[in-house]
Amino acid sequence: MKIVIIDYGAGNIQSIIFAIKRLGYDALLSHDAKEIQEADKVIFPGVGEASSAMAKLKSSGLHKIIPELKQPVLGICLGMQLMCHSSEEGNTQGLGIFDLDVKKFSNLVKVPQIGWNQITDLKTDLFKGIPEKSYIYLVHSFYAPLGKETIASSEYGMEYSAALKRDNFYGVQFHPEKSSDIGSMILNNFLTVI
Amino acid sequence: MDIKNGRTVKGVNFVDLRDAGDPVELAAIYAQEGADELVFLDISATEEKRKTLAELVYHVAETINIPFTVGGGISSVEDVDILLKNGADKVSINSSAVKRPELINELVAKFGSQCIVVAIDAKQIDGKWKVHLVGGKVPTEIDLFEWAQEVEERGAGEILFTSMDHDGTKNGFANETLAQLSELVNIPIIASGGAGTISHFTDTFVEGKADAALAASVFHFKEIEIQDLKKELKKEGIPVRI
Repeated sequence: MKIVIIDYGAGNIQSIIFAIKRLGYDALLSHDAKEIQEADKVIFPGVGEASSAMAKLKSSGLHKIIPELKQPVLGICLGMQLMCHSSEEGNTQGLGIFDLDVKKFSNLVKVPQIGWNQITDLKTDLFKGIPEKSYIYLVHSFYAPLGKETIASSEYGMEYSAALKRDNFYGVQFHPEKSSDIGSMILNNFLTVI
Repeated sequence: MDIKNGRTVKGVNFVDLRDAGDPVELAAIYAQEGADELVFLDISATEEKRKTLAELVYHVAETINIPFTVGGGISSVEDVDILLKNGADKVSINSSAVKRPELINELVAKFGSQCIVVAIDAKQIDGKWKVHLVGGKVPTEIDLFEWAQEVEERGAGEILFTSMDHDGTKNGFANETLAQLSELVNIPIIASGGAGTISHFTDTFVEGKADAALAASVFHFKEIEIQDLKKELKKEGIPVRI
């Protein structure tokens, strides 16, 4: 199985490589369009600020490659947010894969949300074998609201999308690579079940 | 975990270091036992100007599947870049931020608020909480609460607050001060210093309104088992991952 992690200079990619390695697979870090297109599974990571991450994608032409991919794609954290229609963070236009607009948490809760939270209303094989109300690890100031593409929800002041799916595209707001054994199971589902 | 020369140590009131093991091995045990997050502070770094913990960070990231923060002697964008690239989730800065507060803005602009923790060591002098530097050894005139607000304004994602008056005493966290901090700023506060019993943790979440609690010795020397602690917290109605 060929697993490619999209390399566009964003965030803590080493942790994802290690998490995949612990599951017994090797992941290739690449920004090469052909390499990404030929992968069996594509992981679209992201940590940082939306508009500068989007600018990096555009400068390498990856913003056109990603929405056209046919194999399973998993966006993580900012990766998921960039797959949405837009983000309030830096007034960023996203890749438009998910029909949602990413918003900032209100000041009624502590921002960023940093820590463990529960996921509910779990749908699709991404969460195969994962119990409702499992704890996952999140670090974010912006969120995708609930929508028809929501396959897991979480609550922080109000309910929001913890995971999204449209066709071959999946996105998780949380960090499976940092969510202990539950996170490893979710990552393993993406690699072996989907 | 306090790290000196690549080994885990924990000082009582930050002196009299005791050896508690290999950090990577200990990290794996804690992840397995249910710790939610680990913090590595290189306490030798500020004194000895050691620049990075890159190798340790790499091996920890390779081994565990929970988040971890690394601090100690970090004073530049380059320092942070190396640690994050090796797999750290967050970095914490302390003395370097006090000496040059713009560092917080620079790190936040480059890496985002979510991975920048500002550690604040403070103790009371004549009834006023003053920020201390170099592992709590050097007092400053800076007021804890003013500094916490500035840290938030400059974009830090979290504050790791250690009360030097409580650290090593095992008499409980500085809950009154923690509650004041928690009301003052809108970023998560991690309580540190003073953990001795399970009820101290309950108290710091309820009375101290802390978002997270940090402890070392009670875990290193098996005085408190993480699973026992978490079960008790859950029983007390505090949301916790078990």
